[in-house]
Amino acid sequence: MRTAASEPAQAGQRHDEQLISIRGATLAYPTASGDPVQALNPIDLDIRAEAFVSLVGPSGCGKSTLLKILAGLLHQSEGEVTLDGRPLTGPSPNVGVVFQQPVLLPWLTILNNVLLPIRVQKRNVDEYRQRAMDLLAMVGLEGFESRYPSELSGGMQQRVGIVRALVPDPQILLMDEPFGALDALTREQLNDDLQTIWAEQRKTVFFITHSIPEAVYLSDRVLVMSERPGRVIADFEVDIPRPRSLEDVSLPEFVELTGRIRRLLNAKGGID
Amino acid sequence: MTADLASASPRTSPAPRRTARRTARRARRADWIAVVSTFVVVVGGWEAVVRIADISSIVLPPPSLIVGKLYDGLVHGTFVKNLGYTMAETVLGFAIAAFLGIVLGALVAEIRWIRRAVYPYIVAFQTVPKIALAPLLVIWFGFGMTSKVIVAVTVAFFPVIVNTIEGLQNTDHQRIDMIRAMGAGRFEAFRRVKLPSALPYIFAGLDAAIVLSLLGAVVGEFMGSRAGLGNQILIFNSVLDIAGSFAVLILLSIIGFLLHLLLVMVQKKVVFWTNVHAVSSGA
Repeated sequence: MRTAASEPAQAGQRHDEQLISIRGATLAYPTASGDPVQALNPIDLDIRAEAFVSLVGPSGCGKSTLLKILAGLLHQSEGEVTLDGRPLTGPSPNVGVVFQQPVLLPWLTILNNVLLPIRVQKRNVDEYRQRAMDLLAMVGLEGFESRYPSELSGGMQQRVGIVRALVPDPQILLMDEPFGALDALTREQLNDDLQTIWAEQRKTVFFITHSIPEAVYLSDRVLVMSERPGRVIADFEVDIPRPRSLEDVSLPEFVELTGRIRRLLNAKGGID
Repeated sequence: MTADLASASPRTSPAPRRTARRTARRARRADWIAVVSTFVVVVGGWEAVVRIADISSIVLPPPSLIVGKLYDGLVHGTFVKNLGYTMAETVLGFAIAAFLGIVLGALVAEIRWIRRAVYPYIVAFQTVPKIALAPLLVIWFGFGMTSKVIVAVTVAFFPVIVNTIEGLQNTDHQRIDMIRAMGAGRFEAFRRVKLPSALPYIFAGLDAAIVLSLLGAVVGEFMGSRAGLGNQILIFNSVLDIAGSFAVLILLSIIGFLLHLLLVMVQKKVVFWTNVHAVSSGA
């Protein structure tokens, strides 16, 4: 286990290796009463390329806020966020976002939904059509290209949401509790699919979840966030070899790590 | 239901769908029988009361007389010419109201300084009974078609602009975040997400507008005109031909209903995703 506090010290010499780098980022919302609400305490975080990093924490701790900053949808009040060494100023085509809800457009076919980022980014649609079809096939949605979202189940819709984020081939994938609304079985299957996608596409994934086992199962690193205003309070390495299977959840190191994270979250909850 | 079937297998089995469709068709037939029965009872009762009580046709003409007048008016009389005139006013008024309502609604919803300057007036004018402007508009714009079109636009414009603003401002925030995260600017987000999301609202406004536009055209004709179905009613009334007035009224009702039906059909084609079942059963 590394502590969050030791991160900045290492950052200096390893700066060029880090794809995502957050230095002292905070976020305060202005409110009607005049007193700004602190949603995020200073965050320091580095994520190297091709890492799978999960973030767990209590509801409303600012996890989604941090993700929205990385997505370029919110701008931090203080501090600095860099992607690949360049300061982040807004949404980047190098970042794909998967939301908790699939957020598909009901008037577009599945194929046109996943090609939406290509159209928005004014790229050549013909060059990406085959990639879109291949990715849909990879998540088991071959033959559904010309269907509409309402014809698909929740799990299938979320797969489409993931494919849509992958089609422009971004380096970074941000996922905000993507499987939170799904039933347990579908969720396990999508976890498996996501592991395969990550292995094949070599993306850097920043993954927010409420589920500690899901975080440990998928990740190289699991970050734990405190209650609002959020702060990263722990940073665990997951050494379980890949590819992992669902049986691995009963491995002693898996059980031990999930237990440690759960105790940490419970203790924090107990103090408040 | 459809989602569950789809999740079970990519090719949904046709059998349960077909049974469901047959049940739906049977239910629809029962609805039709009920509607037609009501019509027969009411019209039959009307005819019977007028004949038994020997009511003067100046007070309440029997349906049979009205139908005869309608037939005469359409085949030998001036109904077709007047119908064309009123329809032209209605459709022109509707088209202008729809265009202005959607364009101005989009500007109000999307551009803050326009919203600040204009929106309070839209809210204030909404409660004004616009139809009361008709006499004034006829004085300003004369007895020709122009004044009727302007009355129609005046009454039909508000439901369109109000619904357009409402629809654009109610766009799901998740959809906006989704498109913005892809790097979409304001225009791109408007075109690809906001406007399509607002279409169900806009169509609700257009539906109200097309019937109001017909109302505006007829009321405009009441205020002073040389042609049109409103003018026709005035002429019949002046000679106490109540059956004739009723015949025009029926014609106007049918037109209003057909215009509404036409709009619903267009809506189902354009905004097909809001009710997938209704669309598939209609096809």
